[in-house]
Amino acid sequence: MMAHYVNLAIKSVFVENMALAFFLGMCTFLGCSKRIDTAMGLGVAVVFVQAVTVPLNNVVYRFLLEEGALAWLHPSLATADMSFLGFLIYIGTIAAVVQFLEMFLERYVPRLSAALGVFLPLITVNCAIMAGSLFMVERNYTLAESVVYGLGSGAGWALAVIALAAVRDRMRYSDVPAGLRGLGIAFIVAGLMAMGFMAFSGMQL
Amino acid sequence: MSATRKALFDPLISNNPIMLQVLGICSALAVTTKMKTALVMSLALTLVTGFSSCFVSLVRNWIPHSIRIIVQMTIISSMVIVVDQFLKAYLFEISKQLSVFVGLIITNCIVMGRAEGFAMTHRPLISFVDGIGNGLGYSLVLMTVAVVRELTGSGKLFGVTILRPVTEGGWYQPNALMLLSPAAFFLIGSMIWAVRTWRPEQQEQS
Repeated sequence: MMAHYVNLAIKSVFVENMALAFFLGMCTFLGCSKRIDTAMGLGVAVVFVQAVTVPLNNVVYRFLLEEGALAWLHPSLATADMSFLGFLIYIGTIAAVVQFLEMFLERYVPRLSAALGVFLPLITVNCAIMAGSLFMVERNYTLAESVVYGLGSGAGWALAVIALAAVRDRMRYSDVPAGLRGLGIAFIVAGLMAMGFMAFSGMQL
Repeated sequence: MSATRKALFDPLISNNPIMLQVLGICSALAVTTKMKTALVMSLALTLVTGFSSCFVSLVRNWIPHSIRIIVQMTIISSMVIVVDQFLKAYLFEISKQLSVFVGLIITNCIVMGRAEGFAMTHRPLISFVDGIGNGLGYSLVLMTVAVVRELTGSGKLFGVTILRPVTEGGWYQPNALMLLSPAAFFLIGSMIWAVRTWRPEQQEQS
């Protein structure tokens, strides 16, 4: 049983890396990877939010949206299927969690809040967060699995963004063709990194 | 008239949302292995951007400033739900292949960016045109990438064999790398390079 969760964690960090295998959260991935410290802050924030929202949306899905999920409320609702409202509810949950986290951290952990400051609001529109919840529903994870998956996929994304920032940091000293400078070369580097991560896809878990 | 035309055609080349503003590339990379999925995705995104910009613009004077993001999100998600239900009803196969990426239109920065950056300050009709224009700019990049990837990766266009692969007795050796994720990064990188060499004013100073 333990092995199952370890497998899931490894799979979500390396094999199904959010950024490099599914191209999720690309806007922030390329936009905020110019410096390592920004990338680090963003990475931590993503792991944090992902680990909270995926399990939370799992609970919401199980008790509110799934077909027959409303049976606990009233027997006549046993056939209700609210899953079409999914998108609206998940994004609502994510926005609410981000807002709440922001206020909570500001009040109780001001140092962390100062470090994550500008990144938290950005995360609401990060596709990796939304995709975490959507994948969780599509693959029918249990609550425990979704905790592991949330942590793992967040960590995978953070790993990718920090690695890319480290490479781009070094790039400052190299002579890149004018048209390729900035965004263009970031794409090429990300492509090479994706190629490296593909080596993990042959792993038998 | 000229303002409308500018709103519609500017985002295609000179102010392309993907190439210049780096918005909404997540799906641009993920759904481009086949032209069919790319086309459906482009249509879905263009319509969602157009209509959500239009609706946001209609209510722009009644949205309190502090909760505007949530209001925009709600409008956009409602549009995406309509599109998703439509795809599930009429194009079930393709909606299976697009999997989570239809839902991810909600968090696509192009839609959000146009709602926040343009529709909040402009009249409904011009916002609609601007949304469609940006959607078309996105579609242009998406379709170009999809043509290259499907043609070189499996020798087909829209599922019709153009270059007969070796496995079916033809001469073409399909390049499987083009169907994998790194190729998408390389292609968009090269496209950006090409456009910026052609239009040097888009180059970044670093």
